[in-house]
Amino acid sequence: MNLITVEDLSVSYGANTVLKHVNMGVEPGEIVTIVGPNGSGKTSLLRAIIGATKPSAGQVKRKPGLKIGYVPQKLHIDPTLPITVERFMRLTHRASKKDCKTALDTAGVPDLLKRQMSQLSGGQFQRVMLARALINRPEILLLDEATQGLDQPGSAAFYRQIEDVRRETGCAIIMISHELHVVMSASDRVICLNGHVCCEGSPAVVASAPEYRALFGTGTGGALALYRHDHDHNHDHHHGKDSQEAAE
Amino acid sequence: MLDDFMTRATLAGVGVAFAAAPLGCFVVWRRMAYFGDATAHAAILGIALSLTFQISVFTGALAVALLMALTVTLLAGRGYAMDTLLGVMAHSALAFGLVAVSFLSGVRIDLMAYLFGDILAVSRSDLAVIWGGAALVVVLIAWRWSQLLTATLNEELAYASGFDPKREQLILTIALAITVAVAIKVVGVLLIAAMLIIPAAAARSLARSPETMALIAAAIGATSAVAGLRAAYVFDTPAGPSIVCVAAILFAFFSLIGWQRHSRS
Repeated sequence: MNLITVEDLSVSYGANTVLKHVNMGVEPGEIVTIVGPNGSGKTSLLRAIIGATKPSAGQVKRKPGLKIGYVPQKLHIDPTLPITVERFMRLTHRASKKDCKTALDTAGVPDLLKRQMSQLSGGQFQRVMLARALINRPEILLLDEATQGLDQPGSAAFYRQIEDVRRETGCAIIMISHELHVVMSASDRVICLNGHVCCEGSPAVVASAPEYRALFGTGTGGALALYRHDHDHNHDHHHGKDSQEAAE
Repeated sequence: MLDDFMTRATLAGVGVAFAAAPLGCFVVWRRMAYFGDATAHAAILGIALSLTFQISVFTGALAVALLMALTVTLLAGRGYAMDTLLGVMAHSALAFGLVAVSFLSGVRIDLMAYLFGDILAVSRSDLAVIWGGAALVVVLIAWRWSQLLTATLNEELAYASGFDPKREQLILTIALAITVAVAIKVVGVLLIAAMLIIPAAAARSLARSPETMALIAAAIGATSAVAGLRAAYVFDTPAGPSIVCVAAILFAFFSLIGWQRHSRS
C-alpha cells in the first residue's frame, strides 16, 4: 500500500497554474527524487503533500495516521531567538534526551545537544534539521532542497547520510533537488517534473529519457540540448530560462 | 491594602508586564514591532468611540484594536506590504479618533491621559480588568506555546506537523489587541510598544532558550514597573514614562553585559 498517493493534482496561484494533472505514489522504504528546473512546481508539489497548499483539482491521499518527518528548504532563526539544539529537537514532539541523542547520531552530528542553533555551521544545521525530522520515527521523510547552501562535497556527504538513514530506519524518502548527478545515485526512482510529470522511472531510465534530456541536456552537450529544448519541447508554459539556470 | 493608590498602580504595572513579556518575545522574534505600535494607535479611535457611546474605554479600545488587527491579517499579502497596510490603518484610525474626540463638546477629555497613561488613577475595577486580561493573554500563549514557536520558525514545519500557522498568527494578533487594551491605562497608547519590546530585547542576552527568555522578560518588565513607579514617586516624574525609562536602562545594562561575555568567549 502506498504511503502517499497523489491523484490528478493541479495547483494554481491565482491565474498561474504551476502543477497540472500530477500523479505519483510512494511505497514504504522507497527513495523518490523529484527533479525539475526552477519554477517547475517541485516545492508546490511538496507543499501540497504536507497540506500547506490547497490543490485546485485532484487530491493527495495519505495512509491514515502517517507519520511525516519534514526537512524544510531553508529555516531562518531570528538572531533574537535563543534556542539550543536540544530544544529545537523537541519543537514539535516530546522526546527524551536519549531519543534526541539517537536522532543526532543517525543524522551524523553527535555531541551538539547543548549548542545554540545560531552557532552551527551550514552542514551541521542541515543535519540537525534532519535529526529533528527523524525524532518521531517517521514512515516518510520529505526533504525540500535540503542541501541548499552546502558545497558539493558537503551535499554529496549529506545524500550519503540520507541513504544511511533509510538503511537504519527503513523510512521512505521524497526529496526535491536540482543537483541531479548527486541525487541520482541515491534514488530508487526519479520523477522529472516540469509543471507536469515529464517522465519517471529508475535513475538510469530517466537519465536517458528524451524528455529529461530536453530539460537538462546530457553532460557537456547541455547547452545545445537546452537550445533544442526551447524549440521542439513544446509545453504550453515557459521554462527556457529557468532550466538553463538549473543545468548550470 | 488596595486602598493605597501606589499599591494599585504597582499591581497594574506588574500585571501588564506579565502579559507583555511572553507576547513581546514573539513580537521581537517575528519582527512585528510595528504591529504593536499600529494596534496601539488605532486604540485611540476606540477610546473616542467609547466616550461618545459611554461604554467602558477598555471595551472600545479592545474592539477597535481587534478590528484593526483582523483587517490587517486578512488584507496582508493582497497587493500591499504589511508595513504599508499597518501605516494606512494605524494613522487613519488615529486621525479619525482625534477628529472624533474634537466633536465631543461638553465633555472635557484629558487625551494626554490616554496617550501617556494614568497609572496612578487605576481603580479597583481597572485592576480587575488588567489582571483578567493579562491572565487571559498568558494562558492563551502558554496553551499554544509550542505551536506558536514552530510557526514562528517555519510555516511549512507547522503544516507538516498538522496545524495551520495562520491560526497561530491570529492568536498572537488577538493577544496583542487584548494587551494593548489593558495597557492603555498603565503606560498609554504611545508607550505600549515599549513595554512589549524592551523587556524582551533586554532578556535576549541573558537567555539560552525561548522559555527562559520569556521568564526573564517578565522579571525585567515587573522590575521596571516597580522601580519606575518608585522613581516617579521620589522624583515626581510622570509614571508611565518612568517605567519605560527603567526598562530602557535595564536593556542597556544587560546588553553591555551580553556583549562583554560574548567578546570574552
